[in-house]
Amino acid sequence: MEYFLELFFGGLTRGSIYALIALGYTMVYGIIELINFAHGEIYMIGAFTALIAASALAMLGMDGWSLLALSGVIAIIYSAAYGFTIEKIAYKPLRKAQRLSPLISAIGMSIFLQNYVLLAQTSDFLSFPALIDEFSFMENVTIIGSAELVIIITTAVATAILTLFIKFTRMGRAMRAVAQDKTMAMLLGVNVNRVISATFIIGSALAAVGGVLISSQIGQINFYIGFIAGIKAFTAAVLGGIGSIPGAVLGGLVLGWTESFATGYISSDYEDVFAFGLLVFILIFRPAGILGKASSEKV
Amino acid sequence: MLKVKNLHVYYGGIHALKSVTLELSPGEIVTLIGANGAGKSTSLMSISGIVQARSGEIVFEGVPINAMAPDRIFSLGIVQVPEGRRIFPGLSVTENLDMGAYLRTDRHGIKSDMDYIFTLFPRLAERRHQLGGTLSGGEQQMLAISRGLMSRPKLLLLDEPSLGLAPVLVQLIFATIERINRDNHTTILLVEQNANMALRIAHRGYVMESGSIALQDTAANLLRSEKVKQAYLGIQP
Repeated sequence: MEYFLELFFGGLTRGSIYALIALGYTMVYGIIELINFAHGEIYMIGAFTALIAASALAMLGMDGWSLLALSGVIAIIYSAAYGFTIEKIAYKPLRKAQRLSPLISAIGMSIFLQNYVLLAQTSDFLSFPALIDEFSFMENVTIIGSAELVIIITTAVATAILTLFIKFTRMGRAMRAVAQDKTMAMLLGVNVNRVISATFIIGSALAAVGGVLISSQIGQINFYIGFIAGIKAFTAAVLGGIGSIPGAVLGGLVLGWTESFATGYISSDYEDVFAFGLLVFILIFRPAGILGKASSEKV
Repeated sequence: MLKVKNLHVYYGGIHALKSVTLELSPGEIVTLIGANGAGKSTSLMSISGIVQARSGEIVFEGVPINAMAPDRIFSLGIVQVPEGRRIFPGLSVTENLDMGAYLRTDRHGIKSDMDYIFTLFPRLAERRHQLGGTLSGGEQQMLAISRGLMSRPKLLLLDEPSLGLAPVLVQLIFATIERINRDNHTTILLVEQNANMALRIAHRGYVMESGSIALQDTAANLLRSEKVKQAYLGIQP
Protein backbone atom coordinates (compact mmCIF):
# COMPACT_ATOMS: atom_id res chain seq x y z
CA MET A 1 0.00 0.00 0.00
CA GLU A 2 2.83 2.34 0.84
CA TYR A 3 4.42 1.65 -2.52
CA PHE A 4 1.13 2.36 -4.23
CA LEU A 5 0.79 5.70 -2.43
CA GLU A 6 4.34 6.59 -3.31
CA LEU A 7 3.60 5.97 -6.97
CA PHE A 8 0.30 7.81 -6.63
CA PHE A 9 1.96 10.97 -5.29
CA GLY A 10 4.84 10.63 -7.71
CA GLY A 11 2.33 10.52 -10.57
CA LEU A 12 0.40 13.42 -9.10
CA THR A 13 3.57 15.52 -8.97
CA ARG A 14 4.59 14.68 -12.50
CA GLY A 15 1.01 15.17 -13.68
CA SER A 16 0.86 18.58 -11.99
CA ILE A 17 3.84 19.75 -14.01
CA TYR A 18 2.28 18.39 -17.21
CA ALA A 19 -0.92 20.18 -16.28
CA LEU A 20 0.84 23.51 -15.74
CA ILE A 21 2.42 23.30 -19.20
CA ALA A 22 -0.68 21.82 -20.85
CA LEU A 23 -2.75 24.84 -19.73
CA GLY A 24 -0.65 27.04 -22.01
CA TYR A 25 -1.15 24.74 -24.99
CA THR A 26 -4.86 24.48 -24.44
CA MET A 27 -5.46 28.21 -23.85
CA VAL A 28 -3.57 29.23 -26.97
CA TYR A 29 -5.32 26.55 -29.00
CA GLY A 30 -8.69 27.69 -27.64
CA ILE A 31 -8.07 31.26 -28.75
CA ILE A 32 -6.23 31.02 -32.06
CA GLU A 33 -6.39 27.30 -32.90
CA LEU A 34 -2.62 27.03 -33.00
CA ILE A 35 -0.43 24.38 -31.42
CA ASN A 36 2.31 26.54 -29.97
CA PHE A 37 5.22 24.13 -30.35
CA ALA A 38 7.58 26.67 -28.80
CA HIS A 39 5.67 26.41 -25.52
CA GLY A 40 7.93 23.67 -24.13
CA GLU A 41 10.88 25.99 -24.71
CA ILE A 42 9.23 28.63 -22.54
CA TYR A 43 9.22 26.11 -19.72
CA MET A 44 12.91 25.41 -20.34
CA ILE A 45 13.75 29.13 -20.44
CA GLY A 46 11.87 29.54 -17.17
CA ALA A 47 14.08 26.89 -15.58
CA PHE A 48 17.29 28.47 -16.92
CA THR A 49 16.25 31.94 -15.81
CA ALA A 50 15.51 30.64 -12.33
CA LEU A 51 18.91 28.90 -12.22
CA ILE A 52 20.75 32.08 -13.20
CA ALA A 53 18.66 34.27 -10.88
CA ALA A 54 19.02 31.85 -7.97
CA SER A 55 22.80 31.61 -8.41
CA ALA A 56 23.13 35.39 -8.47
CA LEU A 57 20.80 35.92 -5.53
CA ALA A 58 22.52 33.17 -3.51
CA MET A 59 25.79 35.01 -3.98
CA LEU A 60 24.11 38.06 -2.51
CA GLY A 61 23.34 35.97 0.53
CA MET A 62 19.70 35.05 -0.04
CA ASP A 63 18.44 31.60 0.85
CA GLY A 64 15.40 29.55 1.78
CA TRP A 65 11.88 30.39 0.67
CA SER A 66 12.67 33.99 -0.25
CA LEU A 67 15.26 32.72 -2.74
CA LEU A 68 12.72 30.35 -4.30
CA ALA A 69 10.04 33.06 -4.44
CA LEU A 70 12.23 35.78 -5.92
CA SER A 71 13.96 33.62 -8.53
CA GLY A 72 10.54 32.15 -9.36
CA VAL A 73 9.08 35.60 -9.93
CA ILE A 74 12.02 36.61 -12.11
CA ALA A 75 11.59 33.40 -14.15
CA ILE A 76 7.86 34.08 -14.54
CA ILE A 77 8.40 37.63 -15.77
CA TYR A 78 11.17 36.59 -18.14
CA SER A 79 9.17 33.68 -19.59
CA ALA A 80 6.05 35.80 -19.95
CA ALA A 81 8.10 38.34 -21.92
CA TYR A 82 9.34 35.51 -24.15
CA GLY A 83 5.82 34.19 -24.71
CA PHE A 84 4.55 37.68 -25.57
CA THR A 85 7.42 38.31 -27.97
CA ILE A 86 7.19 34.92 -29.68
CA GLU A 87 3.56 35.57 -30.51
CA LYS A 88 4.35 39.01 -31.93
CA ILE A 89 7.27 37.78 -34.04
CA ALA A 90 6.28 34.29 -35.14
CA TYR A 91 2.48 34.07 -35.10
CA LYS A 92 0.84 37.48 -35.40
CA PRO A 93 2.16 38.23 -38.91
CA LEU A 94 0.76 34.85 -40.02
CA ARG A 95 -2.68 35.20 -38.49
CA LYS A 96 -4.42 35.44 -41.86
CA ALA A 97 -2.17 32.87 -43.55
CA GLN A 98 -3.07 29.22 -44.16
CA ARG A 99 -3.28 27.09 -41.06
CA LEU A 100 -0.06 25.24 -41.77
CA SER A 101 2.13 28.36 -41.88
CA PRO A 102 1.96 29.36 -38.18
CA LEU A 103 2.44 25.70 -37.25
CA ILE A 104 5.70 25.56 -39.21
CA SER A 105 6.67 28.90 -37.71
CA ALA A 106 6.05 27.45 -34.24
CA ILE A 107 8.33 24.48 -34.93
CA GLY A 108 10.97 26.87 -36.24
CA MET A 109 10.70 28.99 -33.13
CA SER A 110 11.07 25.89 -30.96
CA ILE A 111 14.26 24.77 -32.76
CA PHE A 112 15.63 28.31 -32.67
CA LEU A 113 15.13 28.68 -28.92
CA GLN A 114 16.64 25.27 -28.15
CA ASN A 115 19.74 26.06 -30.12
CA TYR A 116 19.95 29.56 -28.77
CA VAL A 117 20.06 28.20 -25.22
CA LEU A 118 22.46 25.45 -26.32
CA LEU A 119 24.88 28.07 -27.63
CA ALA A 120 24.39 30.52 -24.79
CA GLN A 121 24.73 27.81 -22.11
CA THR A 122 26.12 24.36 -22.87
CA SER A 123 24.80 21.01 -24.00
CA ASP A 124 25.72 19.50 -20.62
CA PHE A 125 23.33 19.05 -17.77
CA LEU A 126 23.69 21.87 -15.26
CA SER A 127 22.92 21.17 -11.66
CA PHE A 128 19.94 23.04 -10.33
CA PRO A 129 19.87 23.98 -6.63
CA ALA A 130 17.18 22.44 -4.44
CA LEU A 131 15.24 25.62 -3.88
CA ILE A 132 12.46 23.90 -1.99
CA ASP A 133 13.47 23.33 1.63
CA GLU A 134 12.45 20.22 3.52
CA PHE A 135 9.57 20.84 5.88
CA SER A 136 10.33 19.72 9.43
CA PHE A 137 6.85 18.22 9.82
CA MET A 138 7.53 16.02 6.77
CA GLU A 139 10.53 14.30 8.35
CA ASN A 140 8.80 11.01 9.06
CA VAL A 141 6.68 10.95 5.90
CA THR A 142 8.08 8.55 3.33
CA ILE A 143 5.38 8.46 0.64
CA ILE A 144 5.80 12.05 -0.46
CA GLY A 145 8.62 14.60 -0.23
CA SER A 146 8.40 18.30 0.54
CA ALA A 147 9.17 19.31 -3.04
CA GLU A 148 6.37 17.09 -4.34
CA LEU A 149 3.97 18.56 -1.82
CA VAL A 150 4.88 22.10 -2.88
CA ILE A 151 4.46 21.23 -6.56
CA ILE A 152 1.02 19.68 -6.02
CA ILE A 153 -0.25 22.55 -3.87
CA THR A 154 1.14 25.23 -6.18
CA THR A 155 -0.50 23.61 -9.18
CA ALA A 156 -3.83 23.36 -7.39
CA VAL A 157 -3.70 27.01 -6.36
CA ALA A 158 -2.57 28.21 -9.81
CA THR A 159 -5.35 26.25 -11.50
CA ALA A 160 -7.94 27.59 -9.09
CA ILE A 161 -6.81 31.19 -9.65
CA LEU A 162 -6.83 30.69 -13.42
CA THR A 163 -10.34 29.23 -13.32
CA LEU A 164 -11.66 32.14 -11.27
CA PHE A 165 -9.89 34.60 -13.56
CA ILE A 166 -11.46 33.08 -16.69
CA LYS A 167 -14.88 32.86 -15.10
CA PHE A 168 -15.25 36.15 -13.30
CA THR A 169 -12.99 38.86 -14.70
CA ARG A 170 -13.61 41.12 -17.65
CA MET A 171 -10.48 39.86 -19.44
CA GLY A 172 -11.46 36.27 -18.72
CA ARG A 173 -14.88 36.81 -20.25
CA ALA A 174 -13.28 38.48 -23.27
CA MET A 175 -10.97 35.46 -23.66
CA ARG A 176 -13.91 33.11 -23.76
CA ALA A 177 -15.73 35.39 -26.20
CA VAL A 178 -12.71 35.60 -28.53
CA ALA A 179 -12.32 31.82 -28.36
CA GLN A 180 -15.93 31.36 -29.40
CA ASP A 181 -16.27 34.04 -32.11
CA LYS A 182 -13.38 36.36 -32.87
CA THR A 183 -15.19 38.60 -35.34
CA MET A 184 -18.14 39.10 -33.03
CA ALA A 185 -15.81 39.99 -30.17
CA MET A 186 -14.21 42.62 -32.41
CA LEU A 187 -17.66 43.98 -33.25
CA LEU A 188 -18.22 44.49 -29.52
CA GLY A 189 -15.08 46.54 -29.04
CA VAL A 190 -12.72 43.82 -27.87
CA ASN A 191 -9.10 44.45 -28.84
CA VAL A 192 -8.38 40.90 -29.98
CA ASN A 193 -4.62 41.45 -30.18
CA ARG A 194 -4.52 42.36 -26.53
CA VAL A 195 -6.56 39.29 -25.55
CA ILE A 196 -4.23 37.02 -27.54
CA SER A 197 -1.18 38.62 -25.89
CA ALA A 198 -2.72 38.12 -22.45
CA THR A 199 -3.28 34.45 -23.26
CA PHE A 200 0.36 33.94 -24.21
CA ILE A 201 1.55 35.80 -21.11
CA ILE A 202 -0.60 33.72 -18.74
CA GLY A 203 0.29 30.41 -20.42
CA SER A 204 4.00 31.26 -20.33
CA ALA A 205 3.88 32.26 -16.69
CA LEU A 206 2.30 28.91 -15.79
CA ALA A 207 4.94 27.02 -17.78
CA ALA A 208 7.67 28.94 -15.96
CA VAL A 209 6.18 27.97 -12.60
CA GLY A 210 6.31 24.34 -13.70
CA GLY A 211 9.87 24.70 -14.95
CA VAL A 212 11.19 26.21 -11.74
CA LEU A 213 9.46 23.72 -9.45
CA ILE A 214 10.33 20.51 -11.26
CA SER A 215 13.94 21.55 -11.89
CA SER A 216 14.34 22.23 -8.22
CA GLN A 217 13.04 18.74 -7.46
CA ILE A 218 15.01 16.87 -10.15
CA GLY A 219 18.18 18.87 -9.63
CA GLN A 220 19.48 19.25 -13.17
CA ILE A 221 18.49 20.94 -16.44
CA ASN A 222 19.71 21.26 -20.01
CA PHE A 223 18.48 22.88 -23.23
CA TYR A 224 16.50 19.80 -24.26
CA ILE A 225 14.15 19.45 -21.26
CA GLY A 226 11.54 21.73 -22.87
CA PHE A 227 11.16 19.51 -25.90
CA ILE A 228 10.38 16.37 -23.93
CA ALA A 229 8.17 18.09 -21.37
CA GLY A 230 6.45 19.97 -24.21
CA ILE A 231 5.58 16.78 -26.08
CA LYS A 232 4.26 15.18 -22.91
CA ALA A 233 2.22 18.23 -21.94
CA PHE A 234 0.86 18.50 -25.45
CA THR A 235 -0.20 14.85 -25.16
CA ALA A 236 -1.87 15.71 -21.87
CA ALA A 237 -3.75 18.60 -23.46
CA VAL A 238 -5.00 16.40 -26.31
CA LEU A 239 -5.83 13.62 -23.87
CA GLY A 240 -8.00 15.92 -21.78
CA GLY A 241 -9.56 17.63 -24.79
CA ILE A 242 -7.60 20.47 -26.34
CA GLY A 243 -9.17 23.87 -25.75
CA SER A 244 -10.59 22.80 -22.40
CA ILE A 245 -8.97 24.11 -19.22
CA PRO A 246 -10.21 21.41 -16.83
CA GLY A 247 -9.31 18.97 -19.61
CA ALA A 248 -5.68 20.07 -19.57
CA VAL A 249 -5.44 19.53 -15.83
CA LEU A 250 -7.19 16.16 -15.95
CA GLY A 251 -5.13 15.07 -18.95
CA GLY A 252 -1.93 16.04 -17.15
CA LEU A 253 -2.85 14.07 -14.05
CA VAL A 254 -4.00 11.00 -15.97
CA LEU A 255 -0.76 11.03 -17.95
CA GLY A 256 1.32 11.48 -14.80
CA TRP A 257 -0.34 8.57 -13.05
CA THR A 258 -0.11 6.34 -16.12
CA GLU A 259 3.63 6.94 -16.35
CA SER A 260 4.19 6.58 -12.65
CA PHE A 261 2.31 3.29 -12.29
CA ALA A 262 3.77 1.86 -15.51
CA THR A 263 7.25 2.67 -14.22
CA GLY A 264 6.59 1.37 -10.74
CA TYR A 265 4.80 -1.87 -11.52
CA ILE A 266 6.27 -2.82 -14.87
CA SER A 267 9.45 -1.09 -15.88
CA SER A 268 10.66 2.42 -16.52
CA ASP A 269 11.37 1.32 -20.08
CA TYR A 270 7.63 1.18 -20.63
CA GLU A 271 6.88 4.66 -19.35
CA ASP A 272 6.50 6.26 -22.79
CA VAL A 273 4.83 3.20 -24.29
CA PHE A 274 2.01 3.51 -21.78
CA ALA A 275 1.81 7.28 -22.00
CA PHE A 276 1.42 7.38 -25.77
CA GLY A 277 -0.51 4.11 -25.88
CA LEU A 278 -3.07 5.80 -23.64
CA LEU A 279 -3.22 8.72 -26.06
CA VAL A 280 -3.92 6.40 -29.00
CA PHE A 281 -6.55 4.57 -26.97
CA ILE A 282 -8.36 7.78 -25.97
CA LEU A 283 -8.21 9.19 -29.48
CA ILE A 284 -9.80 6.03 -30.90
CA PHE A 285 -12.71 6.00 -28.47
CA ARG A 286 -13.07 9.71 -27.70
CA PRO A 287 -11.45 11.66 -30.54
CA ALA A 288 -12.18 15.02 -28.89
CA GLY A 289 -10.40 13.98 -25.68
CA ILE A 290 -11.78 13.14 -22.25
CA LEU A 291 -13.51 16.47 -21.61
CA GLY A 292 -13.46 17.85 -25.16
CA LYS A 293 -16.69 18.51 -26.95
CA ALA A 294 -17.22 17.16 -30.41
CA SER A 295 -17.43 20.36 -32.40
CA SER A 296 -20.83 21.25 -33.70
CA GLU A 297 -22.07 24.64 -34.76
CA LYS A 298 -25.58 25.89 -34.40
CA VAL A 299 -26.39 28.01 -37.38
CA MET B 1 -24.38 61.48 -38.90
CA LEU B 2 -22.96 58.75 -41.13
CA LYS B 3 -21.77 59.42 -44.65
CA VAL B 4 -20.57 56.68 -46.95
CA LYS B 5 -19.13 57.97 -50.20
CA ASN B 6 -18.08 56.07 -53.35
CA LEU B 7 -17.15 52.94 -51.43
CA HIS B 8 -15.44 50.17 -53.40
CA VAL B 9 -14.79 46.77 -51.82
CA TYR B 10 -13.15 43.75 -53.42
CA TYR B 11 -13.03 40.15 -52.21
CA GLY B 12 -10.04 38.87 -54.12
CA GLY B 13 -11.05 39.49 -57.71
CA ILE B 14 -14.74 40.00 -56.97
CA HIS B 15 -15.95 43.57 -57.01
CA ALA B 16 -18.41 43.36 -54.10
CA LEU B 17 -19.28 47.02 -53.61
CA LYS B 18 -19.32 49.40 -56.56
CA SER B 19 -19.28 53.02 -55.55
CA VAL B 20 -21.80 52.76 -52.73
CA THR B 21 -22.96 56.10 -51.38
CA LEU B 22 -25.41 56.50 -48.53
CA GLU B 23 -26.20 58.86 -45.73
CA LEU B 24 -27.99 58.75 -42.37
CA SER B 25 -29.26 61.62 -40.28
CA PRO B 26 -29.54 61.41 -36.48
CA GLY B 27 -32.68 59.64 -35.26
CA GLU B 28 -33.53 58.04 -38.58
CA ILE B 29 -34.37 54.46 -39.40
CA VAL B 30 -32.93 53.76 -42.84
CA THR B 31 -33.30 50.41 -44.51
CA LEU B 32 -31.06 48.76 -47.05
CA ILE B 33 -32.96 46.18 -49.06
CA GLY B 34 -31.97 43.91 -51.90
CA ALA B 35 -31.49 40.32 -52.96
CA ASN B 36 -28.96 37.83 -51.62
CA GLY B 37 -25.42 38.80 -52.51
CA ALA B 38 -26.30 42.39 -53.42
CA GLY B 39 -23.68 43.71 -51.00
CA LYS B 40 -25.83 44.65 -48.01
CA SER B 41 -23.84 42.74 -45.38
CA THR B 42 -20.57 43.80 -46.97
CA SER B 43 -21.65 47.43 -46.59
CA LEU B 44 -22.25 46.90 -42.87
CA MET B 45 -18.98 45.01 -42.40
CA SER B 46 -17.11 47.87 -44.09
CA ILE B 47 -18.74 50.44 -41.82
CA SER B 48 -17.77 48.28 -38.80
CA GLY B 49 -14.18 48.00 -40.02
CA ILE B 50 -14.14 44.21 -40.43
CA VAL B 51 -13.84 44.51 -44.21
CA GLN B 52 -11.39 47.04 -45.63
CA ALA B 53 -12.55 49.15 -48.56
CA ARG B 54 -10.17 49.64 -51.46
CA SER B 55 -11.34 53.21 -52.02
CA GLY B 56 -14.03 55.59 -50.85
CA GLU B 57 -14.85 57.31 -47.63
CA ILE B 58 -16.79 56.54 -44.45
CA VAL B 59 -17.31 59.48 -42.11
CA PHE B 60 -19.07 59.24 -38.76
CA GLU B 61 -19.93 62.48 -36.99
CA GLY B 62 -17.22 64.26 -38.95
CA VAL B 63 -14.53 61.64 -38.22
CA PRO B 64 -13.19 59.49 -41.05
CA ILE B 65 -13.35 55.87 -39.92
CA ASN B 66 -12.27 53.88 -43.02
CA ALA B 67 -8.86 52.95 -41.65
CA MET B 68 -9.88 52.43 -38.02
CA ALA B 69 -9.77 49.07 -36.22
CA PRO B 70 -13.18 47.52 -35.40
CA ASP B 71 -12.81 48.12 -31.66
CA ARG B 72 -12.10 51.82 -32.23
CA ILE B 73 -15.14 52.17 -34.49
CA PHE B 74 -17.24 50.45 -31.84
CA SER B 75 -16.00 52.86 -29.20
CA LEU B 76 -17.30 55.79 -31.30
CA GLY B 77 -20.83 54.41 -30.91
CA ILE B 78 -21.35 52.30 -34.03
CA VAL B 79 -22.61 48.84 -33.12
CA GLN B 80 -23.48 46.02 -35.43
CA VAL B 81 -25.85 43.14 -34.76
CA PRO B 82 -24.60 40.82 -37.48
CA GLU B 83 -26.42 38.33 -39.62
CA GLY B 84 -26.93 34.95 -37.98
CA ARG B 85 -27.03 36.58 -34.52
CA ARG B 86 -23.58 35.28 -33.50
CA ILE B 87 -24.40 34.74 -29.86
CA PHE B 88 -21.46 33.44 -27.82
CA PRO B 89 -22.80 29.90 -27.32
CA GLY B 90 -20.73 29.10 -24.23
CA LEU B 91 -21.52 32.34 -22.40
CA SER B 92 -24.67 32.79 -20.36
CA VAL B 93 -27.34 35.31 -21.35
CA THR B 94 -26.04 37.77 -18.74
CA GLU B 95 -22.45 37.25 -19.85
CA ASN B 96 -23.43 37.85 -23.46
CA LEU B 97 -25.04 41.12 -22.38
CA ASP B 98 -21.94 42.01 -20.36
CA MET B 99 -19.87 41.54 -23.52
CA GLY B 100 -22.03 44.23 -25.12
CA ALA B 101 -20.97 46.56 -22.30
CA TYR B 102 -17.31 45.52 -22.61
CA LEU B 103 -15.95 49.05 -22.91
CA ARG B 104 -18.22 50.58 -20.26
CA THR B 105 -17.11 51.09 -16.69
CA ASP B 106 -20.27 52.57 -15.11
CA ARG B 107 -21.59 49.63 -13.12
CA HIS B 108 -24.88 51.28 -12.22
CA GLY B 109 -25.59 52.30 -15.79
CA ILE B 110 -24.89 48.76 -16.98
CA LYS B 111 -27.22 47.37 -14.31
CA SER B 112 -30.07 49.73 -15.22
CA ASP B 113 -29.62 49.07 -18.95
CA MET B 114 -29.82 45.35 -18.28
CA ASP B 115 -33.04 45.91 -16.37
CA TYR B 116 -34.40 47.93 -19.30
CA ILE B 117 -33.55 45.05 -21.63
CA PHE B 118 -35.29 42.57 -19.38
CA THR B 119 -38.45 44.69 -19.57
CA LEU B 120 -38.06 44.86 -23.35
CA PHE B 121 -37.65 41.07 -23.58
CA PRO B 122 -39.00 39.32 -20.47
CA ARG B 123 -38.05 35.98 -22.06
CA LEU B 124 -34.38 36.86 -21.63
CA ALA B 125 -34.90 37.64 -17.96
CA GLU B 126 -36.32 34.16 -17.43
CA ARG B 127 -33.32 32.61 -19.11
CA ARG B 128 -30.58 34.87 -17.83
CA HIS B 129 -28.42 32.05 -16.43
CA GLN B 130 -28.83 29.79 -19.44
CA LEU B 131 -26.04 29.43 -22.00
CA GLY B 132 -26.52 31.41 -25.20
CA GLY B 133 -26.19 28.29 -27.32
CA THR B 134 -29.24 26.69 -25.70
CA LEU B 135 -31.64 29.48 -26.66
CA SER B 136 -34.13 29.23 -29.52
CA GLY B 137 -33.54 31.23 -32.69
CA GLY B 138 -35.98 33.95 -31.66
CA GLU B 139 -34.48 34.27 -28.19
CA GLN B 140 -31.02 34.45 -29.72
CA GLN B 141 -32.15 37.31 -31.95
CA MET B 142 -33.55 39.14 -28.94
CA LEU B 143 -30.26 38.58 -27.15
CA ALA B 144 -28.22 39.73 -30.15
CA ILE B 145 -30.14 43.02 -30.37
CA SER B 146 -29.99 43.47 -26.60
CA ARG B 147 -26.25 42.82 -26.54
CA GLY B 148 -25.86 45.57 -29.13
CA LEU B 149 -27.97 47.94 -27.03
CA MET B 150 -25.83 47.34 -23.94
CA SER B 151 -23.18 49.64 -25.36
CA ARG B 152 -25.69 52.51 -25.72
CA PRO B 153 -25.02 52.88 -29.42
CA LYS B 154 -25.51 56.08 -31.36
CA LEU B 155 -25.84 54.11 -34.55
CA LEU B 156 -27.19 50.56 -34.62
CA LEU B 157 -26.48 48.41 -37.68
CA LEU B 158 -28.92 45.52 -37.89
CA ASP B 159 -28.28 42.73 -40.39
CA GLU B 160 -31.32 40.61 -41.23
CA PRO B 161 -32.86 40.53 -37.77
CA SER B 162 -35.95 38.70 -39.05
CA LEU B 163 -34.08 35.90 -40.80
CA GLY B 164 -35.46 32.47 -40.01
CA LEU B 165 -37.97 33.63 -37.40
CA ALA B 166 -41.64 32.73 -37.05
CA PRO B 167 -44.02 35.51 -38.24
CA VAL B 168 -45.14 36.37 -34.71
CA LEU B 169 -41.52 36.85 -33.66
CA VAL B 170 -40.80 38.93 -36.75
CA GLN B 171 -43.60 41.27 -35.64
CA LEU B 172 -42.09 41.48 -32.16
CA ILE B 173 -38.58 42.18 -33.43
CA PHE B 174 -39.74 44.95 -35.76
CA ALA B 175 -41.90 46.51 -33.07
CA THR B 176 -38.87 46.48 -30.77
CA ILE B 177 -36.66 48.13 -33.39
CA GLU B 178 -39.23 50.92 -33.72
CA ARG B 179 -39.36 51.25 -29.95
CA ILE B 180 -35.57 51.44 -29.58
CA ASN B 181 -35.52 54.22 -32.16
CA ARG B 182 -38.35 56.07 -30.41
CA ASP B 183 -37.18 55.62 -26.78
CA ASN B 184 -33.48 56.32 -27.21
CA HIS B 185 -33.33 58.25 -30.51
CA THR B 186 -30.92 55.60 -31.73
CA THR B 187 -30.17 55.93 -35.41
CA ILE B 188 -30.72 52.61 -37.16
CA LEU B 189 -29.44 51.19 -40.42
CA LEU B 190 -31.54 48.10 -41.09
CA VAL B 191 -30.52 45.53 -43.67
CA GLU B 192 -33.42 43.28 -44.63
CA GLN B 193 -34.69 40.84 -47.20
CA ASN B 194 -38.14 41.25 -45.76
CA ALA B 195 -38.56 44.49 -47.70
CA ASN B 196 -42.21 44.92 -46.86
CA MET B 197 -41.73 44.93 -43.08
CA ALA B 198 -38.55 46.97 -43.26
CA LEU B 199 -40.12 49.71 -45.37
CA ARG B 200 -43.07 49.93 -43.00
CA ILE B 201 -40.94 50.97 -40.04
CA ALA B 202 -38.20 52.88 -41.91
CA HIS B 203 -38.16 56.55 -42.79
CA ARG B 204 -36.04 56.13 -45.88
CA GLY B 205 -34.67 53.26 -47.91
CA TYR B 206 -31.95 52.25 -50.33
CA VAL B 207 -32.30 49.41 -52.80
CA MET B 208 -29.09 47.52 -53.61
CA GLU B 209 -28.50 45.52 -56.75
CA SER B 210 -25.30 43.58 -57.47
CA GLY B 211 -23.03 45.81 -55.45
CA SER B 212 -24.44 49.25 -56.08
CA ILE B 213 -27.32 51.43 -54.98
CA ALA B 214 -30.08 51.11 -57.58
CA LEU B 215 -32.76 53.26 -55.96
CA GLN B 216 -33.21 55.56 -53.00
CA ASP B 217 -36.29 57.32 -51.71
CA THR B 218 -38.55 57.74 -48.70
CA ALA B 219 -39.89 54.45 -47.41
CA ALA B 220 -43.44 55.41 -48.35
CA ASN B 221 -42.44 56.11 -51.95
CA LEU B 222 -40.45 52.89 -52.21
CA LEU B 223 -43.45 50.90 -50.97
CA ARG B 224 -45.47 52.40 -53.83
CA SER B 225 -42.76 52.08 -56.47
CA GLU B 226 -43.66 49.61 -59.22
CA LYS B 227 -40.09 48.40 -59.48
CA VAL B 228 -39.79 47.62 -55.78
CA LYS B 229 -43.20 46.00 -55.74
CA GLN B 230 -42.24 43.63 -58.53
CA ALA B 231 -38.73 42.81 -57.49
CA TYR B 232 -38.91 42.77 -53.69
CA LEU B 233 -42.48 42.70 -52.49
CA GLY B 234 -43.63 39.88 -54.72
CA ILE B 235 -46.61 41.83 -56.06
CA GLN B 236 -47.45 41.40 -59.75
CA PRO B 237 -48.75 44.50 -61.51
